[in-house]
Amino acid sequence: MARVSRRHFLTAGAAAGGGLLLGWHFDAQARGAARATKATPPAFAPNAFIRIGTDGRVTLVMNQVEMGQGTYTSMPMLLAEELEIGLDQVRLEHAPPNDKLYANPLFGDQETGASSSVRAFYEPLRRAGAAARTMLVAAAAATWNVDPESCRAEKGVVTHSPTGRTLTYGALAGKAAKLPVPAKVTLKEPKDFKLIGTPAKRLDTPAKVNGTAQFGIDVRLPGMKVATVAASPVLGGKVASVDDSKARAIKGVRQIVRLDDVVAVVADHMWAATQGLKALAIRWDDGPNRTLSTADVVQGLAAAVQTPGVVARKEGDAAAAIAGAPAKMEAVYQVPFLAHAAMEPINCTVHVRPDRCEVWTGSQVLSRAQATAAKVTGLPLEKVIVHNHYLGGGFGRRLEHDYVKQAVRIAQQVDGPVKVVWSREEDIRHDVYRPYYYDRIAAGVDARGQPIAWMHRLAGPAILARYLPAAFKDGIDPDGVDGAVHLVYDIPAIQVEFVRHEEPVLNTGFWRGVGVTHNTFVIESFIDELAAAAKQDPVAYRRGLLGKSPRARAVLDLAAKAAGWGQPLPAGRGRGVSLLYSGWGSYLAQVAEVAVSKSGEVRVHRVVCAVDCGTVVNPDTVKAQIEGGIVFGIGGALWGEATLEKGRVQQSNFHDVRVLRINETPAIEVHLVRTGESPGGIGEPGTAVTAPALANAVFAATGKRIRTLPLERQLRSA
Amino acid sequence: MTTLKINGKSHTVDVSPDMPLLWVLRDVLGMNGTKFGCGVALCGACTVHLDGIPTRSCVMPVSAAAGHAITTIEAIGATPVGKQVQQAWLDLEVVQCGYCQSGQIMSAAALLAKIPAPTDTDIDQAMSGNICRCGTYPRIREAIKQAAKTSAMVKGGG
Repeated sequence: MARVSRRHFLTAGAAAGGGLLLGWHFDAQARGAARATKATPPAFAPNAFIRIGTDGRVTLVMNQVEMGQGTYTSMPMLLAEELEIGLDQVRLEHAPPNDKLYANPLFGDQETGASSSVRAFYEPLRRAGAAARTMLVAAAAATWNVDPESCRAEKGVVTHSPTGRTLTYGALAGKAAKLPVPAKVTLKEPKDFKLIGTPAKRLDTPAKVNGTAQFGIDVRLPGMKVATVAASPVLGGKVASVDDSKARAIKGVRQIVRLDDVVAVVADHMWAATQGLKALAIRWDDGPNRTLSTADVVQGLAAAVQTPGVVARKEGDAAAAIAGAPAKMEAVYQVPFLAHAAMEPINCTVHVRPDRCEVWTGSQVLSRAQATAAKVTGLPLEKVIVHNHYLGGGFGRRLEHDYVKQAVRIAQQVDGPVKVVWSREEDIRHDVYRPYYYDRIAAGVDARGQPIAWMHRLAGPAILARYLPAAFKDGIDPDGVDGAVHLVYDIPAIQVEFVRHEEPVLNTGFWRGVGVTHNTFVIESFIDELAAAAKQDPVAYRRGLLGKSPRARAVLDLAAKAAGWGQPLPAGRGRGVSLLYSGWGSYLAQVAEVAVSKSGEVRVHRVVCAVDCGTVVNPDTVKAQIEGGIVFGIGGALWGEATLEKGRVQQSNFHDVRVLRINETPAIEVHLVRTGESPGGIGEPGTAVTAPALANAVFAATGKRIRTLPLERQLRSA
Repeated sequence: MTTLKINGKSHTVDVSPDMPLLWVLRDVLGMNGTKFGCGVALCGACTVHLDGIPTRSCVMPVSAAAGHAITTIEAIGATPVGKQVQQAWLDLEVVQCGYCQSGQIMSAAALLAKIPAPTDTDIDQAMSGNICRCGTYPRIREAIKQAAKTSAMVKGGG
């Protein structure tokens, strides 16, 4: 997803006089908060995120959540680097919800998404670490009555160099807490980094290989019941009637909760709840969406894309240039609704009492989870306690809190705590889906086949208008056009338009890469079409248009070289290339090698990806994210779609939600380009760059240009 | 009443005989390392061993599990091959979100117990029933190979 403009963030920081530091420097509040909690031993909090106990324990309160992307290691690395402690000296704590203390500066609220954690906290966390170190050194210097310049900090110990005297951070914490926070600190030069840029072992891994890691679904509380649900199969539908006589007869079933749009069976355990749910006879009033199918959605979008959109990028007069060009190319591209299918089915545990509400879950948006629970119960925010957990996959699904709201509504009817767990079928059919997007794209080309004008109009919903209204400005969803407006090719006239078209038949939201994943498929497929029409090599064609983007050119060159671009392939195979550029600030180039069977099955043999994500914090995590992003992207591109019939999502479980498995996974090579640029996002780009590389490889192998995803459906019908 | 032998210990539970082992483990016995993913044996997150055979506990009636030696992720590290697998998982930094990894490790440990030096085809066959949405497959493959090597060295060294 897109972010609140970075410019705003920087301006706000500068206006406050402290640059990035101020967005982060919540001393008074943090100290207040530290006092308010029963923090023993006494602690000192240089800001909201760090606590150094008098026992020397350094606790980093993690506002960014861990869903596999490695934040629980990269964030402590940033802190430890400047605080001068070992990574093994940092203890992690899930942050409670609190936008004032724990907001992600890129969004203004407490949110983990949009490949933002390192981008958002690269500097603030280092500054926080440096400020804390400065204060600890100052405390030591004051104790010894020496010049702080004569002291050094290392591994949690301050040493007075001339005399060799030492004091631990724990011994200094109390004194340091009384010192003023330095207004300015000096950060290390990258050449002096000990941790940043080196592969670090992830701190969350040991518990995840022996079964002890606690995910939201693992919560157990005294007296807790387990519930499973059936929500209206059609969005907007209501429960008309329920016959629960058979369900009540099932051993272990305790209660049936009927709300206007969902029925829950509350039981001693998930099995009884599941059996109870099956035994219910529910009649639904399907509501206004009851007749709609995917074709209706497509029809609406196809009409919408005919109308001019809001201009999101404009250089030159693209329409006139296309009209006057020697030749014109145009195409329509479509991408389907997609479910997330994270491995941990949606779940949320809630205990509602008259005076407070406790929530246990895994959420990418803790403060939103808290706010929705407060709203449903009517309790003030501070009476809602949210306990966060590891997320069994996020991919954007847990940026939503629909399931928290539902669980709280159910829990209001239940005496004691209740864990609401969705079946896989419920998870697939009540997702907040990646929207269906419909694009028209056109280019005017000169006599040599070079593009002289580019017109890209995309139609789809404005997710941010719902999700982050402050970011939805002038009719443009910055997330929807992400990537499209960042087109790096040197084309004299460019116009990108956004046509907002809501699709009320399904809830739509973020799915690994969202706007960029969709736009990169369209753009990088279409540029391939231009190259083919010009009878030019796809890599050379792109390269010739990258005169103004050396970073993009560098990754393209690296990927092409590593993949052996141009070298012969076995018969029936094809190579495809794609490039990625976006608001994430990372540049990727990918070469995919595929074979297509006569019946249209695509086998991906090899994927080579070159990545320039600027400054790298944990290179092993970067590689892992790209590998995983590619795997996620392959399954999505080949097979991924949620389709509708009579308002109902037709897929339900992994038999018809096909995802990539190990036997289908290609050889994947990731090559990092190390630049000193600002850190770029890394969680989503690997997914976003994949679909066009595959589609272009399919074209190379078969001559078939697939403009609608998923690829295999089109190949079967082509 | 059903008596189960889990990780070497006896547990007697009062549940209906058709209740899947998964829910007995998780919701009755509180052993949460075994995960719920799909409920219909399509994803492998719930994999446990029955007499060493990898088994999808979400579709295994508890009555059918009685009388067999059940091993779960909580105890797989006590077996030599399980320990090697866990170590390889750590060494190669396989894990991302981690939710499917209990099942992956159980499938991998069963594979290596049966085939100490598996080929890529063996790995495909043994592991293709375990879905990982984070896409850790390339590292899973390498980790299985490393665990195989380490086990061979341990055995070779006596």
